[in-house]
Amino acid sequence: MRHVISLLIENEAGALSRVSGLFSARAYNIESLTVAPTEDASMSRMTIVSVGSDDIIEQITKQLNKLIEVVKVVDISEAAHIERELMLVKVRATGKDREEMKRMSDIFRGRIIDVTESTYVIELTGNTAKLDSFIEAIDPTLILETVRTGVCGIGRGDRVLKV
Amino acid sequence: MMVLTGAEIVIRCLQEEKVDYVFGYPGGSVLFIYDELFKQDKVRHILVRHEQGAVHAADGYARSTEKVGVALVTSGPGVTNAVTGIATAYMDSIPMVIISGQVTTAYIGQDAFQEVDTVGITRPCVKHNYLVKDVRDLAVTIKKAFYLARSGRPGPVLVDIPKDISAAKCEYAYPKTIAMRSYNPVIKGHQGQIKKAVQLLLEAKRPMVYTGGGVILSDAAEKLTKLVRRLGFPITNTLMGLGGYPATDKQFVGMPGMHGTYEANMAMQHCDVLLAVGARFDDRVIGDPAHFSEVPRKIIHIDIDPSSISKRVKVDVPIVGDVPEVLEDIDKLLAASGSQPDEKALKAWWKQIDGWRGKDCLKYDRKSKLIKPQFVIEKLYEVTKGEAFVCSDVGQHQMWAAQYYKFDKPRRWLNSGGLGTMGFGLPAAMGAQLAHPGAQVACVTGDGSIQMCIQELATCKQHRLPIKVILLNNGYLGMVRQWQELFHGNRYSESYVDALPDFVKLAEAYGHVGMRIEKPGDVEGALKEAFKRKDDLVFMDFASDQTENVYPMVQGGKGLTEMILAEEL
Ligand SMILES: Cc1ncc(C[n+]2csc(CCOP(=O)(O)OP(=O)(O)O)c2C)c(N)n1
Repeated sequence: MRHVISLLIENEAGALSRVSGLFSARAYNIESLTVAPTEDASMSRMTIVSVGSDDIIEQITKQLNKLIEVVKVVDISEAAHIERELMLVKVRATGKDREEMKRMSDIFRGRIIDVTESTYVIELTGNTAKLDSFIEAIDPTLILETVRTGVCGIGRGDRVLKV
Repeated sequence: MMVLTGAEIVIRCLQEEKVDYVFGYPGGSVLFIYDELFKQDKVRHILVRHEQGAVHAADGYARSTEKVGVALVTSGPGVTNAVTGIATAYMDSIPMVIISGQVTTAYIGQDAFQEVDTVGITRPCVKHNYLVKDVRDLAVTIKKAFYLARSGRPGPVLVDIPKDISAAKCEYAYPKTIAMRSYNPVIKGHQGQIKKAVQLLLEAKRPMVYTGGGVILSDAAEKLTKLVRRLGFPITNTLMGLGGYPATDKQFVGMPGMHGTYEANMAMQHCDVLLAVGARFDDRVIGDPAHFSEVPRKIIHIDIDPSSISKRVKVDVPIVGDVPEVLEDIDKLLAASGSQPDEKALKAWWKQIDGWRGKDCLKYDRKSKLIKPQFVIEKLYEVTKGEAFVCSDVGQHQMWAAQYYKFDKPRRWLNSGGLGTMGFGLPAAMGAQLAHPGAQVACVTGDGSIQMCIQELATCKQHRLPIKVILLNNGYLGMVRQWQELFHGNRYSESYVDALPDFVKLAEAYGHVGMRIEKPGDVEGALKEAFKRKDDLVFMDFASDQTENVYPMVQGGKGLTEMILAEEL
């Protein structure tokens, strides 16, 4: 099962390597990991997407909690939540492909944020599945480069991850 | 407020923490700290001969007391030499603070002389570590290090101090308390869960108590003993938990696991309610978890570390909390309930256990003309009246010491259970002897293990540590040889320790007393004589039966009851 784990961690040097080191040392799966400071600069928030059985995910959250600098851990995928990822795609955009790319970008509610005579950079946000389907929908030979941020997530409604 | 240098602050902090011994080895990056050590006499420094020895000695000191052990090493090779010791302490949750020197801040990351990424190298084998980048953070960091090391599930904490930080000055005040929003170990157990546990214990037909190192580390032996006597249940202590319950008591069924007793393993497997306390269902304790789970039983698990619970075995009643607190709560609730465990069922259960006991699984050939290693341990037990601190290395001798020395008290049995580090025994014995100057301290070791930290004989001489080294010399890496005999067709690949030194001469070269014992009839006399020499380290080289194996044995990956017994061979 795929799980989305959110955590707050003290914004100390090396904090990220403690988390990533834990995953590699215990052979846990990591699909993506995002991290940035929160509105309280002393803390960072991480979103980790991992795949594992319930037992393994339980161990992962316990082991994360055990890290001294981790303040709070929640598996946000246990309840209603929202996931978003940002992707930038550089595509070849010449001749008739130029129009087609613009159209596809519009359909997926993307934005073209850089334009040259032969290329576009398309910005797209959404959940992982949406970004995947955009990539599948366009002609693969036109893709020059892609970059994705990995998932960040938040619980719906009243559920709040805060100290 | 006073203005002090970083090095002065380090020493002040150690004094504030009432540290009486620091085990260490100097080098360039810690010279300012050594200079301050020199100028005072409250904190005593024990100069070891290898940094691994420093950390093991601090570890032995901590295990044999309820205090935090402290080691001090220099940057680069000083730290890398210390890593084995740190990992050993980490695996067994030993409270320890390691202070390491680091190259000057401005040189970090430039591949400077004797630079290693200490925080990176030690990260997976410490409870936590710090690199101090500002002298104003130093005191609070050391305070945190001691707090983390001893609270919650204990463990080693490392503080890496660049040389310029130990020279820099700032105002000094030692914080009285520490609060960390990210670290708050649970002490009190959940009352609802405790009620459930009591209910289960009262309903049990075939109850079993299984306790580990957590009981020793949390100083819960007395509370455990009281509770278990009230219940009248059988109890087993793991390799890390020996001494948690008196081994000479009739409710004690021996150690469980790979080399556990027949009765302990059978009772673990066939009980219907298992009370696990400060133990973690290690692979060497329960064998194959799938086989263990074939028999339905309810498990109550008390542990301060939530991640130890339901890690290898599903648990029915998890109780996160400090072991003595939870045991006391259970005991009170039991007393208040006025109920008793099911007496009739318990009687039948004991009858079954006594049947298993009848196998006498630890019997060995007492008429042998060769010295049996088991016999040496039995005599050691008699001669020391069960009062010694027994520090062991790793191998067959370790298992025999665990099986045949009956530990009635906690903190008397010191061994590397989790990492299984050969070389642990002698330096650990130094720590124990320093912590307990008048006490009998024995180092039970093998001809392989003793050579892994043999240099510490010099430290023992310098500090006049009258340790008794009990070398069960079988001329083999015995435990390896045993596995090769049983599972690799008798092909003794590289397990014969050729060219052993003359240990008597070796001991003498270091300024100690050496003895070679070759006949069973001489064992007791030699031990008596050795322990009479209260001021000398006596190195006893026992020529032991080379073919002896440790039984019972559960092969790695097998079920707990799939034991090989001596008699079946
Ligand atoms: C540092 C280290 N290296 C290797 C091992 C693997 N090992 C486990 S027991 C053992 C043999 C120990 O031999 P010895 O100290 O002579 O004790 P004996 O088994 O003969 O009693 C070895 C090599 C280990 N535990 N630790």
